[in-house]
Amino acid sequence: MLATRSIKTDAKVAAIDLAIRMIDLTTLEGADTPGKVRALCAKALHPDPGAPDAPRPAAICVYGDLVAEAKAALGDFGVHVAAVATAFPSGRASLDVKLADVAYAVAAGADEIDMVIDRGAFLAGRYRAVFDEIVAVKAACARSAAAGGGSAHLKVILETGELSTYDNVRRASWLAMLAGADFIKTSTGKVSVNATLPVTLVMLQAVRDFREATGRQVGVKPAGGIRTTKDAMKYLVLVNETVGTDWLDPDWFRLGASSLLNDLLMQRQKLATGRYSGPDYVTVD
Amino acid sequence: MGNPFEYAPAPESRAIVDIAPAYGLFIDGKFADAADGGRLKTVNPATEEVLAEIAIGGEADVDRAVKAARKAFKSWSALPGAERAKYLFRIARLIQEHGRELAVLESIDNGKPIRESRDVDIPLVAAHFFHYAGWADKLGHAGFGPDPKPIGVAGQVIPWNFPLLMLAWKVAPALAGGNTVVLKPAETTPLTALRFAEICVEAGLPDGVLNIVTGAGETGRALIAHPDVDKVAFTGSTAVGKEIARTIAGTRKRVTLELGGKAANIVYDDAAIDSAVDGIVEGIFFNGGQVCCAGSRLLVQESVADELLASLTRRIKTLRVGDPLDKNTDVGAINSAAQLSRIRELVTAGEAEGAERWSLAGELPGKGFWFPPTVFTGVTQAHRIARDEIFGPVLTVQTFRTPAEAVEKANNTAYGLSAGVWTEKGAKALWTAQRLRAGVVWTNTFNKFDPSSPFGGFKESGFGREGGRHGLEAYLDV
Amino acid sequence: MSERLEVSKTYKLYVGGKFPRSESGRVYAVTDSKGRTLANAPRGSRKDARDAVVAARKAFPGWSGATAYNRGQILYRIAEMLEGRREQFATEVAAAEGVNRTKALAAVDAAVDRWVWYAGWTDKLAQVAGGANPVAGPFANWSTPEPTGVVAVIASQRSSLLGLTSAVAPVIATGNTAVVLAAGASALPALSFAEVLAVSDLPGGVINILTGHPAEIAPTLASHQDVNAIDLTGVAPDAGVASARDLEIAAADNLKRVLRPEAKEPDWSADPGTGRMLAFTEVRTVWHPTGY
Repeated sequence: MLATRSIKTDAKVAAIDLAIRMIDLTTLEGADTPGKVRALCAKALHPDPGAPDAPRPAAICVYGDLVAEAKAALGDFGVHVAAVATAFPSGRASLDVKLADVAYAVAAGADEIDMVIDRGAFLAGRYRAVFDEIVAVKAACARSAAAGGGSAHLKVILETGELSTYDNVRRASWLAMLAGADFIKTSTGKVSVNATLPVTLVMLQAVRDFREATGRQVGVKPAGGIRTTKDAMKYLVLVNETVGTDWLDPDWFRLGASSLLNDLLMQRQKLATGRYSGPDYVTVD
Repeated sequence: MGNPFEYAPAPESRAIVDIAPAYGLFIDGKFADAADGGRLKTVNPATEEVLAEIAIGGEADVDRAVKAARKAFKSWSALPGAERAKYLFRIARLIQEHGRELAVLESIDNGKPIRESRDVDIPLVAAHFFHYAGWADKLGHAGFGPDPKPIGVAGQVIPWNFPLLMLAWKVAPALAGGNTVVLKPAETTPLTALRFAEICVEAGLPDGVLNIVTGAGETGRALIAHPDVDKVAFTGSTAVGKEIARTIAGTRKRVTLELGGKAANIVYDDAAIDSAVDGIVEGIFFNGGQVCCAGSRLLVQESVADELLASLTRRIKTLRVGDPLDKNTDVGAINSAAQLSRIRELVTAGEAEGAERWSLAGELPGKGFWFPPTVFTGVTQAHRIARDEIFGPVLTVQTFRTPAEAVEKANNTAYGLSAGVWTEKGAKALWTAQRLRAGVVWTNTFNKFDPSSPFGGFKESGFGREGGRHGLEAYLDV
Repeated sequence: MSERLEVSKTYKLYVGGKFPRSESGRVYAVTDSKGRTLANAPRGSRKDARDAVVAARKAFPGWSGATAYNRGQILYRIAEMLEGRREQFATEVAAAEGVNRTKALAAVDAAVDRWVWYAGWTDKLAQVAGGANPVAGPFANWSTPEPTGVVAVIASQRSSLLGLTSAVAPVIATGNTAVVLAAGASALPALSFAEVLAVSDLPGGVINILTGHPAEIAPTLASHQDVNAIDLTGVAPDAGVASARDLEIAAADNLKRVLRPEAKEPDWSADPGTGRMLAFTEVRTVWHPTGY
């Protein structure tokens, strides 16, 4: 199932562009500043200044306090702002604090909320608490009527590296989907084990089964440690083989990454020119 | 009552120069028309007035010039170094004597402020000839073996931004080393090179040692491709530099290329802000930013960005744009209509990409080619204006957080010609300089040049060095 | 009693301090001067070349940032490790180049001595090729030779160990990192030489060694935008001028520094001078005001 598939020439161009469109371009550092976020937003809007046809990533992913900065920098070009919330990355805070965190980001204009589940509760067997918290966060994602109504998309981070077993990953996936998750996401990127192909496979199988059982489609987002085009292609093949083309779309599959974008752009340049590119020919922001 | 400090115009007199209606090619010690009689016009970019008609050298003319240089090479290279030295010293002295005239001529043909041509360009030209004159009889001490030989005939193609200075950078080390020269000046700024040819005649330089073939791109191509040219030296755009590298591939021709740049000018939070502001202005508005090593990419530490920008704007408002011959002028004309349209195109791209533009207000002259000093804020590495060389008075401003990030952004370019660093902390300045992949790093200063100081780039800014002992190496068979 | 069956070596590439097989999974038979098969060598692919460039780029900041003294120590360590394998390399060089044992041994000894020579250069070149510049103004101004970056080396296809050493030692002595293509007679000794490098404290990625067909790998290296310079030495004798010209044209895409091949195989026993080090350095000049 995790075997490689060969993607060449035209298909490769399309696959690279699709992978770029699936990226949640991420900066989640204590050292993030407005300037850093503005630079990342510019990168999202002009991924390759030398190739205006290069597609844009799906979203910028930042901490909640930088949502307003990102919204202002991104304008109306269709790149979403995703905010991590609920005491990211540990998830260790009172429910009130977590909900306030979510409400703040939503009010600032976040299009998407990337919440973390309470892994302590999950591993202690208090599944109900985990479930209830997701339900509450989902409710907090609702936008005021003044802000146009509707609801921010909810991505639920399972932090699979801490859940440790595939059984736990599968259970947490179902729990999150039943509680209302729009997306299930592997990792925060802040622990030693982040997205892996096997874990993503388990989650893809879960969303496939969940749709069969309920009719509702949920997206999947592996995040952390995906750095090369080769990595990205493996994930796309995995999606294609496991859940099919319904999920081969930025609405249903995302890649949480930062350095991946430049590797994809260098591959893109290689396909355009026939020469291998280098880091001097892509922008760091 | 008006402001008592409304400065009065102080134009330098044009009467000192005597421009002929037409110029031929300078080959084998004599001026002659091009074989096919082709001509182009050189204009004053500040007024669009036609200054003179210039011969366009064709392949036959280039061939004649190379043959003359080849013939002269035998005796010139055999001349004792001390004798070659004396010719160069003579030339240096004559340049000093004709200094004011050359400065005015340069400003008229190029559009640069007389303050620069008079105080920077021409003095450096003389200094260059003095410097290399002294090398001519000391080649055995330069570290390239006891008796280094010249290479032969040098084909040199130079740009329009520092017409006579670029000539000096190329001609002085070539002649000192015992080579002979065929030089093609830029099509828009040939006048000082032609005046220089007359100075060489005045100095008694033997016929054929220096040949000037004017023309445009085709003339340059013919010169570089000529099979009897042993050494190619070019200053100009990276695109043409690549074309030259392809042309000479597989030959034994030696080459030095001094090409484009996109220099970062890094201002740390502990910089002396007012000094830095002056350095930024010097970095980007010297010669109207039409400088390959211009400090066109300001990288300012985020914590002091607002303060710095306020000071910078205040300082730019004191700049005076206008008549190049006015001694008060800080920023002159853009050299040509083509260059102006290139600047405009990139500025438009910057606006389209969402960067915020600020330009110095004030009326520009109705005729001629002008662009106001301009600053783009809200720029990032992902903006075209931060990647492409604009070659005009346009500064882009980006921010950084840490020294490591400053270095990463500074080096994130295909170019590597120059860079600037501003900090009051010596250790930090040197730490940064060590990591900048650039051929010249100015710390707490910018755009300083000296004949003893090697100049040239890393990466796509070209290779080889000009200036000092290193510059000599390019003209010796080592 | 039956004769003992010899354990033969599987030759592998050397990339990023590791010994991978070719990404392509291919090998080719390396023959000696009489056409007899010596062993299979990995037939490197374009992707192997790309991986090697990535490894070399990754190693560059650390290696170029190491002190010159430290680089000298490591180059000397390479000489030490090579000396200890003198007999092994004499056998391999003799087989690869078709020379007698005396000549092979002389080549190995010269290679050891050459590593020692370059080990001593690391902390001297900046003084010989750099200096203080007496500018006419209140400035301290000095120039230093700096490594150009990632250098691709098309090594001699004839002088397997001495030619390889003479090309790659000057490249790394100044702080560059290298991707070496060793083809022809050089393939097997080069891959064995990688085993010397692996135990010499040389950080992984500073020297990467590929074997295979130059027609396949050399153009990839010549056109690679993240390679700063290319040494075409090994192209000359066998591939002819046309090929070197093509590679030089490809190298122009990012204005690589090109060391052209000489008309005939260089005399590797001659005093190498500083030329090969200077070919892959960039002079950087720093200005700083003086005053108070």
